[in-house]
Amino acid sequence: MTYIAKPKFQHPGLPKNELGYTHRDYEGKVSTLCAGCGHDSITASIIEACYELSIEPHRVAKISGIGCSSKTPDYFLGNSHGFNSVHGRMPSVLTGANLANRDLIYLGVSGDGDSASIGFGQFAHSIRRAVNMTYIVENNGVYGLTKGQFSATADRGSKSKKGVMNTENAIDLVAIALQLGASFVARSFSGDKSQLVPLIAAAIRHKGAAFIDVISPCIAFNNHAGSTKSFDYVREHNDAVNRLDVLTGRDPITVEYAPGTVQVVEQHDGTRLALRKIDADYDANDRLAAMTFLQKHAAKGQVVTGLLYVDPDAEDLHTHLDTVETPLNTLEAKDLCPGSAALEKINASLR
Amino acid sequence: MSVQSPISSVNDFVVRFANVNGSGSASANELFARSILRHGVPVSPRNIFPSNIQGLPTWYEVRVTEAGHLGARGGVDLMVAMNPQTWDKDVASIEPGGYLFYDSTKPMPSSKFRADITVIGVPLTAITNSTYTDPRQRQLFKNIIYLGALCALLDLDPKLVEQLIGEQYKGKEKLLSSNVHALHLGRDWALQNLKCPIGLQVKKSDKVGDRIFMEGNSAAALGAVYGGATVCAWYPITPSSSVAEAFTSHCKKLRHAPETGKAKYAIVQGEDELASIGIVIGASWNGARAFTATSGPGISLMTEFIGLSYFAEIPAVIMNIQRAGPSTGMPTRTQQCDIIACAYASHGDTKHVLLFPEDPAEAFEFAAQSFDLAERLQTMIFLMLDLDIGMNHRLCRPLKWDDARQYDRGKVMTAEMLDEPGRDFGRYLDVDGDGIPYRTYPGTHPTKGSFFTRGTSRDRYARYSEEGAIYADNMQRLVRKFETAQDMVPRPLQANAAKPTKYGVIYFGSTSPAMDEAIGILESRGHQLDRMRIRAFPFHSSVASFIADHDFVYVVEQNRDGQLRQLIVNENGIDPVRLVPILHYDGTPITARFIANAIGDHQDHLKVTPLRKAVS
Repeated sequence: MTYIAKPKFQHPGLPKNELGYTHRDYEGKVSTLCAGCGHDSITASIIEACYELSIEPHRVAKISGIGCSSKTPDYFLGNSHGFNSVHGRMPSVLTGANLANRDLIYLGVSGDGDSASIGFGQFAHSIRRAVNMTYIVENNGVYGLTKGQFSATADRGSKSKKGVMNTENAIDLVAIALQLGASFVARSFSGDKSQLVPLIAAAIRHKGAAFIDVISPCIAFNNHAGSTKSFDYVREHNDAVNRLDVLTGRDPITVEYAPGTVQVVEQHDGTRLALRKIDADYDANDRLAAMTFLQKHAAKGQVVTGLLYVDPDAEDLHTHLDTVETPLNTLEAKDLCPGSAALEKINASLR
Repeated sequence: MSVQSPISSVNDFVVRFANVNGSGSASANELFARSILRHGVPVSPRNIFPSNIQGLPTWYEVRVTEAGHLGARGGVDLMVAMNPQTWDKDVASIEPGGYLFYDSTKPMPSSKFRADITVIGVPLTAITNSTYTDPRQRQLFKNIIYLGALCALLDLDPKLVEQLIGEQYKGKEKLLSSNVHALHLGRDWALQNLKCPIGLQVKKSDKVGDRIFMEGNSAAALGAVYGGATVCAWYPITPSSSVAEAFTSHCKKLRHAPETGKAKYAIVQGEDELASIGIVIGASWNGARAFTATSGPGISLMTEFIGLSYFAEIPAVIMNIQRAGPSTGMPTRTQQCDIIACAYASHGDTKHVLLFPEDPAEAFEFAAQSFDLAERLQTMIFLMLDLDIGMNHRLCRPLKWDDARQYDRGKVMTAEMLDEPGRDFGRYLDVDGDGIPYRTYPGTHPTKGSFFTRGTSRDRYARYSEEGAIYADNMQRLVRKFETAQDMVPRPLQANAAKPTKYGVIYFGSTSPAMDEAIGILESRGHQLDRMRIRAFPFHSSVASFIADHDFVYVVEQNRDGQLRQLIVNENGIDPVRLVPILHYDGTPITARFIANAIGDHQDHLKVTPLRKAVS
């Protein structure tokens, strides 16, 4: 609860990462969400992933829209700048921020109402524009802050807490992201931290539009029988295609993998993603196959999770715009202003 | 009907070209305007075009004005009627004694003409068809042929026109020579078959000086380049699209790193206006200078973000190229109709800074300045152009830039400042008493200066709060900041009448040239008026004193509801009776004739003739 100040005390024996930071250095304010909320588990996973990657917390920009999920950036990385913007508009704000300074890490946090309803357009366009970001949707199928209305990701036939049946078709953001060319697409479950943490870490290290749909049950309004976004339902129907190990640095892979059970993907920055296959036939580099796989399993009521697609050679918006390496926000008048002599030439051409 | 003698005028007349859009006439017509400029005679051209790409009527009007009156005049002295669709209306619009130029290839019934005008027929189609076989060439060169005929009729120096064609097709010799050939084809036909010149003539003069001929949208875009804008996000909408397009072409020439060829700018065509302003706000939040260009409907869509910019105090620049509203309105017609919509855009208590440039030169200056203002004031700045300034070539003073000028990046706390002993950083802390707090860019310092930007209420240290006193404290500081803005924005310009007078006039933006001309007409009718041209909102204190110094003041604007007048009444607590609205809002640019008639009639009514005198 917010009225309880978070103690500043740190146990001297807390483990430290490469930069000498402890977990505590990646935390934010105390969460104001309901006890047991799936979103808090995602917050914990973000903290864990950033700690493990030894990211400097202040080099991350956290941007969100409006809703329960969009409040969470206040609860992690307290030394980062955060921007709780406008409902459904996180993607555009993040795009602009990214254009201004390509050197920061951009973490977009959104919800299913924020990204699949009011912000569906911005979600789609930021993906197709290949903004270098980690876009996390904390997906609970329901509007929590306004007390339990269906969102656009609620499955057709699922029931609201009040017993109303949803008659509208669901939007699968993962399917859309794949279709629009996201170069890193994953789905996970807030209740499966061991799956989620490496996915977030890999997404952060990915250069390009990385999208993670995290099913995150709403403890207050969408955790009942008849819901397809409840803890019980997701646990029962979770169909993970792989488990991921993120390997940073140049060290050889020390973990022993049985032959044919691992797919290693090397990303731009040298990060290697070791995908331990659960489904032996699943190829995370095959976008078309991923789309088909997803549709087939969705038809059976299964929730496919894991790293569904990754393009290790992805490009981002800055590559497409061919912008200078120096962040645009550091350019000064001498870099930007053509000066009076150039203006005289322009004047002369207008006579 | 009395016999009307043909209008006789040197360097002072209006030519209107009636064309079908998509026929390639635009470049020939612009060539005509430019060639008169090369004679040292000022011109003021205007495009009157439909929201359409091909087939609908379009007009291009050139006011030839040795006296330098750059506003629209009204009326037509020479109609170049190339569009059968609008023939009747076009012929009817010619001033008595005026001239009608038309394609006489096919005979026309005499009922289609007027007795009080001079009719000039040139068999344009016959000439082109006998010279060219390719249909596209026939169409394009027909335009140059009528230009050639006009050369002879108005006594233009063909060498100056040739010179312009030479500049236009530099390096494309084949196009150059074929255009010059077509020009002479028309000119020679006219010289051999018509009485040349007619009563309307162009004589060489020296009234253009070093002035430049430029569109306001291009000038504003160039101002953004000079002002250091690095991010532009936009969504196509008439009449603003050419701002972003011009910014793109200026940047291609002026903003690539010489060593690597890489771009020192990022331009994104958004999926809509919401995304465009979102990108601008994200970029500005992160310390880049960013802007968007739009028009009325775009402003409506952006209002939620505009409120965020105001409340979360994020710099941003919106260039609003106004067109006639409401709703889709008349997308290709001009108005000054978004004053209230922009001044108070978004829900809740909001106020925004507006800048009103009068012409391309000022659009350039204000555009560059708007980024300094946005960052200094940490708020949204609206650059309020309109279609008349934005999409027409306007003769204006040359653009100037002082190389010693530095950008004012506003109150930004750096890592070094954060580390100073005793330094207290609160994002919304009014350290200097001017209502403007310090901000930090994301990524500045490992442990200091980070904050959570939000549209919700918060305290001086950016901590979420719904406590009434804290909310009110913040809202009051925002008012204080707006008061600070008053002395930073461009001040109004005042010009007194030749003789002391009790009456004044307030105007702004594109009304400027028509107003200047109207003052002369009114003086000749015996009406003296002091003038004030407002250049920004919030209003400088001199606005209230100007009104106080006069019995009443006319407020001339191009909208139905007298929006600037409302804003003055509202913000300065002025008795509305003292501000007389003079309103023009049919979508055409305001004219000196209109202003002079409206104010003149009002003034005439004030001259009460004593009853006794009237009877005797």
